[in-house]
Amino acid sequence: MAEPVLRVENVRRLFDVSKPWLERVIAREKPQYLRAVDEVSFEIRPGETFALVGESGSGKSTVAKMVVGLLPPSSGSVHFSASMGGERVRPGAIQMIFQDPYASLNPRWRIRDIIAEPMEALNHPADPAARAARVADLLTLVGLSPLDGEKYPHQFSGGQRQRVAIARALSSEPQFLVCDEPTSALDVSVQAQILNLMRDLQERLGLTYLFISHNLAVVRHMAHRIGVMYLGRLVEVQETEALFATPRHPYTRLLIDAVPDLEQIGRDRVPVQGEVPSPINPPSGCTFHPRCPLAMEICMREVPAFDGSVACHVAKDRAMAGGPPLS
Amino acid sequence: MAAGGMSMDPVLSVRNLSLEFVTRRGVLRALNEISFDIARGEVLGVVGESGAGKSLTGTAIIGLIDKPGRLSGGEIWLKGQRIDNIGHDGLRKIRGRRIGMIFQDPLTSLNPLFRVGDQIAETVLTHMPVSKTEARARALALLTEVGIPAPESRIDAYPHEFSGGMRQRVVIALALAAEPDLIIADEPTTALDVSVQAQIITLLKRLCRTRGTSVMLITHDMGVIAETADRVAVMYAGRIVEIGPVADVIRHPKHPYATGLMGAIPALGAKVQRLTQITGAMPRLNAIPAGCAFRPRCTVAIGKCAETVPPLVPVGATSARCWLHEAQVERSASHG
Repeated sequence: MAEPVLRVENVRRLFDVSKPWLERVIAREKPQYLRAVDEVSFEIRPGETFALVGESGSGKSTVAKMVVGLLPPSSGSVHFSASMGGERVRPGAIQMIFQDPYASLNPRWRIRDIIAEPMEALNHPADPAARAARVADLLTLVGLSPLDGEKYPHQFSGGQRQRVAIARALSSEPQFLVCDEPTSALDVSVQAQILNLMRDLQERLGLTYLFISHNLAVVRHMAHRIGVMYLGRLVEVQETEALFATPRHPYTRLLIDAVPDLEQIGRDRVPVQGEVPSPINPPSGCTFHPRCPLAMEICMREVPAFDGSVACHVAKDRAMAGGPPLS
Repeated sequence: MAAGGMSMDPVLSVRNLSLEFVTRRGVLRALNEISFDIARGEVLGVVGESGAGKSLTGTAIIGLIDKPGRLSGGEIWLKGQRIDNIGHDGLRKIRGRRIGMIFQDPLTSLNPLFRVGDQIAETVLTHMPVSKTEARARALALLTEVGIPAPESRIDAYPHEFSGGMRQRVVIALALAAEPDLIIADEPTTALDVSVQAQIITLLKRLCRTRGTSVMLITHDMGVIAETADRVAVMYAGRIVEIGPVADVIRHPKHPYATGLMGAIPALGAKVQRLTQITGAMPRLNAIPAGCAFRPRCTVAIGKCAETVPPLVPVGATSARCWLHEAQVERSASHG
């Protein structure tokens, strides 16, 4: 098997959410930290799409920011393979696509300048004519016309803007793209266009994706492997088909059951109660235990270790007893 | 399941509703000949992409269209009473009393400065002949019914003390406070996480079923419609392009736009190699093409599509606005 492009090891990220210093000293309170990401480890292989799913506050975007280096981890490490440049990653080898194409494009720049900006910043290619030619190529690649380079972002619809954002990300010839909810702001018919485009580009250019989304159906369509996050922890990682066929963590089951699906017309169900607790003061032990239908006594005391596939006391017991997985 | 509303008088009946915005650059038609009925206890889903006019339809029914928007034609009937021409004061008696509303963001539909119990009691007092003590008792009963844990202590809490899902439960209690005939729910679960969304959908379904309240459920999420609605109306560029029982529209859509829409949604059940994509985007209001508005994006368009707007005709179990089916209807008619 090929060497992983990205190896994330035990990363943790704390945010200081204490009151202002003076207030805190007067009230004699300790500083307070929010654990946005806790002991997260995973690998991404070349040419693969690895997806992180979870509800709001699960820490998936914080992981993305640490991977691209926008946030330093509080502890743990993020390694890229030698093909990406190892410890000093080749500039431009990692790019990011953001959720809202209305916010991620400068409204006062022409499209051609937006797309050329990474090339200009890296001075590669150095020749302005070569850059202009590459902008035209990129516009064609993402399904726009080279003539669109003259226009401004407001002249485009949401889907077309997201195409521009993708063209900009590709202009520095990246190997690795981090896509943070790339279609959440788009309508479904346009979402399908963008998802198809992203898969085509992956095939043609051999890209590796870290794909962040809260939408399980989109993730199932896009990803080769999926990591499920809950309150800052990775609770399960599996190949896509295996995850949907035999989810091992109770939270994964809950998520899959909760998604309203076209196949389930008029379905009645008993949804799991409760909501995601506050990450400032998470429950003891396994943070999912207050909502878990299978919780045992040990779940309240001990944080389950992540064994490379699942972090759950119950799932581990069942696997050891040779019993069937959860279903 | 609802009775389908064939024999009973519908709770809500909308006939040829049109709405336009008068701007300096001309008149923009945002809604065009919208017609549908909602029977007692029925859930009608309204889907469409941004700008299709689904929220505007809901807003027009409760008479909250702001200038320069105006109704330019059509009628709205609520249980046999015409409500599109009864003026501001007449509508005030209907909103909240006979038509309840649930909006997308629960934080903006609650007043942050008032306790939730007082907000519900206020609605009860406004619309029903009860004393203050009775109104408070009713607020407590409603909070219990929508599943707020420990309602006796939460009744005096402020909206910011609730989580998103709990706030939406309070908004549902508020919408149900005066026992309305119809609830218009505009994207009620869009701002919520999936696990909470499932709870809210289940709650809404249960309450409306036990009380016989009709619901107009506006959302862009076809999955939510599939689970909740009895019938569904698909909107495109200000018109209903297909309307029918939810199972038929999802499994056998008749309008090319509806077909494309169903194929574009990634499903949890089966993995497809490639999603169906509809090229282009919905036209803006000032550039709606002549004839069928979907024609520029349609893969099966014929010559007639560019000239005249197709009528909404029955095709099997559903009704669709497409010339392809008009041809079929004529053919079957000529065959006898």
